[in-house]
Amino acid sequence: MSVALSAQDITRALTRISHEILEKNQGSANIVLLGIPTRGAHLATRISSIIASIEGSEVPTGTLDITLFRDDLRMRPPRAIMPTKIPTSGIEGKDVILVDDVLFSGRTIRAALDALGEIGRPRAVQLAALVDRGHRELPIKADFIGKNLPTSKSQSVRVLLSEIDGRDEVTIEEGAEL
Amino acid sequence: MRHLLSIADLNKSEAISILDTATELARVSDGAVKKLPTLRGRTIVNLFAEDSTRTRISFEAAAKRLSADVINFSAKGSSVSKGESLKDTAMTLQAMGADAVVIRHSASGAAQRLADSQWMSGSVINAGDGTHEHPSQALLDAFTIRKHLGMGASDLAGLNVAIVGDILHSRVARSNVLLLALLGAKVTLVAPPTLLPVGIQNWPATVSYDFDSVIPHVDVVMMLRVQQERMSDLFFPNAREYSRYFGLNGERMASMKSGAIVMHPGPMNRGLEISAEVADSARSVITEQVTNGVSVRMAILYVLLAGGALEVGRD
Amino acid sequence: MTTADHLIKGASLPDGKKADISIFNGVIASVGSEFKGDAKNVIDAKDCVVLPGLVDLHTHLREPGREDAETVLSGSRAGVKGGFTAVSAMANTSPVADTAGVVEQVYRLGQEAGLLDVFPIGAVTQGLKGEALSEIGAMADSVARVRVFSDDGNCVSDPLVMRRALEYIKKFGGVIAQHAQDPRMTIGSQMNEGEISARLGLKGWPAVAEEAIIARDVLLADHVQSRLHICHLTTAGGVEIIRWAKARGIDVTAEVTPHHLLLTDDLASSYDPVYKVNPPLRTEADVHALREALADGTIDIVATDHAPHPTESKECEWQEAAFGMLGLETALSIVQKTMVDSGLMNWSQVADRMSIAPARIGGYENHGQPIVVGSVANLVVINPTQKWTVDRDLVLSKSSNTPYHGHVLPGVITHTFFKGAATYSNGTITSVGDK
Repeated sequence: MSVALSAQDITRALTRISHEILEKNQGSANIVLLGIPTRGAHLATRISSIIASIEGSEVPTGTLDITLFRDDLRMRPPRAIMPTKIPTSGIEGKDVILVDDVLFSGRTIRAALDALGEIGRPRAVQLAALVDRGHRELPIKADFIGKNLPTSKSQSVRVLLSEIDGRDEVTIEEGAEL
Repeated sequence: MRHLLSIADLNKSEAISILDTATELARVSDGAVKKLPTLRGRTIVNLFAEDSTRTRISFEAAAKRLSADVINFSAKGSSVSKGESLKDTAMTLQAMGADAVVIRHSASGAAQRLADSQWMSGSVINAGDGTHEHPSQALLDAFTIRKHLGMGASDLAGLNVAIVGDILHSRVARSNVLLLALLGAKVTLVAPPTLLPVGIQNWPATVSYDFDSVIPHVDVVMMLRVQQERMSDLFFPNAREYSRYFGLNGERMASMKSGAIVMHPGPMNRGLEISAEVADSARSVITEQVTNGVSVRMAILYVLLAGGALEVGRD
Repeated sequence: MTTADHLIKGASLPDGKKADISIFNGVIASVGSEFKGDAKNVIDAKDCVVLPGLVDLHTHLREPGREDAETVLSGSRAGVKGGFTAVSAMANTSPVADTAGVVEQVYRLGQEAGLLDVFPIGAVTQGLKGEALSEIGAMADSVARVRVFSDDGNCVSDPLVMRRALEYIKKFGGVIAQHAQDPRMTIGSQMNEGEISARLGLKGWPAVAEEAIIARDVLLADHVQSRLHICHLTTAGGVEIIRWAKARGIDVTAEVTPHHLLLTDDLASSYDPVYKVNPPLRTEADVHALREALADGTIDIVATDHAPHPTESKECEWQEAAFGMLGLETALSIVQKTMVDSGLMNWSQVADRMSIAPARIGGYENHGQPIVVGSVANLVVINPTQKWTVDRDLVLSKSSNTPYHGHVLPGVITHTFFKGAATYSNGTITSVGDK
């Protein structure tokens, strides 16, 4: 087991991502942050407050659970459905920024795009991921990345966040993810 | 979990997870998302050997919102009404590739017979078997109660529920008694002695013949339909006596606790067990029960069918 | 010294004494210490018990009318495998056995099968409708010589009809065998009324519907001084009533089925109609009361109520299924399991309850005879030390509705002798007509 990102690395990465979001979108006027539960949602909240402290205004922030749109549901016992909370201003015509902790095969993001499609039509969809560990199975790429972590498929990446796990840390371990 | 035949098959955490899943699915349906791809490619058959419009439509809507294909096999005009046996019907469904069968039948135990038989391999969901159980009704009732009175708790601990009417012949009562007790509520059954089964003393509920003494203490009054035929079968003298002692009218409603709600699984006999005034009052959540029914049935279908072969559960 | 037809070596008699038994020309030729002569067929019965051939006072052979479920021949085959040398064919056939013609037909079919004595039971009322008496006299005087009359399947519920029937059969030395079930209290009933039926949502069949009829009928039998027999007693309350009646000297006898000595109503929880029977399976407490009553003689006999049904009548929802279980082939094993192995009865009492007493009640003179020289050689040889597994696909009955499929039961019947011929011998069935 090796530590890929320390707590401090995570904070710096999120701060940098927040700035990049503002730079690419020329401010926060039209953006909506949607975190993918569980950890993506917490990351979205953090990015939202960082942006709020930079810009001085609140960014509509919510969660988007993609369980019902997964393409691999039949391969394991039924998963619990997490909350989906779309901000009241909606996503129509907005620049939606999906936030997730780890970008891996890309299937989660594919499901997220389908879920968004059922809700409305954003002007654009962008993706912020804390970690990109490679091994894409679909043509998906992140717009904002905390850290590129080359891994082998036999390894797994664990993201710990203080909101749930008590501390911030990203580690790489031997043994494939389930 | 492969089948949903009886509330007795669920433990507390399974029941709560169905309610929680329904909560999320309700949000989805309330919002702009009307259709989910989750059960795309699955075939769900509604095998309704007993007439029922609302339950069948509810299951059909639930299945379609999850993008499943729905086939309806209903009593009238089907081979079931022409005397085809349950076995032959089941084997036909199997040959058609049904992933799940939602069965409503006049014989108690029909759902279990279907599930235990070797006639088909899909999931069996009991939509009401004779006078035995109606699990999805109890789940939508619990969901409705939790929504109004749950105060954010995951279960129904501390709530008092009265179930009033023909307990003897009611599958809704049986399922509700089991589920409400499982979720920590206290249940009081109110009925004339003729409409209470022998052997009820072992049910997790108290029994009372006196509706008026029970009403002021409960948070939920759940009225059950009383069939007209019961009068000719000597269960009570006439409709007037029944309503006088066991009907929920405006006067009784006025003695209900503040915030207490009125429920009814439908269809109602307005004027017999429930007055029009009560049915249309602000305390009544009867139409909402119907809406909740779709979300709860979506949750049941999701929990039983969305997962795959690796699942462990009651077989 | 002539060669015996059969020699049963080293068996235990019902009283426990060991003996060699030889059979010649249809009768018991010798019973005692080591047989010194020759025998055409020698049976090593060292671990076995020999009983008088079993007599069933309550069997449904279904012929005429429901030959898809059973025939007199197939029922006879099942009977000899179960150690029976006589069965009483209940009258609820189609047409009903309420005339000399039908009972003589059934009697003749039994003779043709040539495996055991089939004694037809005559209906009490025409068509089993419970309204008008059937031709009791004609049936009694027919070739079938009917003495037992029963509307079983139905209850003779009208008290006036029952009174008249009890009176009328006195002329013919008969007995009324009542199926005690108040029809008004059991309309649409599916299983015992109690905790289990309340939970399963199946309409209950209350014990009082049986007991009320028994109480009424023992009083009637007393009043008109006639003979009454109560079919398939199932409740502790019923046992109490019989005990009371016998203490008062009322001429009543009672039977219990093997399944009511073992099975209880919680088996209905699976909704498998193989457990659906009339009268229904009752509670643990009832089972205990029935066993005690059979042991102390309050219940006089075991009768199978063998009720075959075709597969489609049992492979469906509970409500749609027919009532009834097979019983002939497993009866003696179930009695051994519940009564002998539990220490409640010995083999001598089994011989009484399953052969001597039923023969006496039915008036079947050639059956239930003591195992002594000169008695008709109607015998059954059973090895109580062996076990066997019940397989519904291997039963000799035409139907397969046995509740014991997969059960391992004690007691293997090795031979059944009917009028001195081995009708059942280690799996082979031989009619007395064959040589």
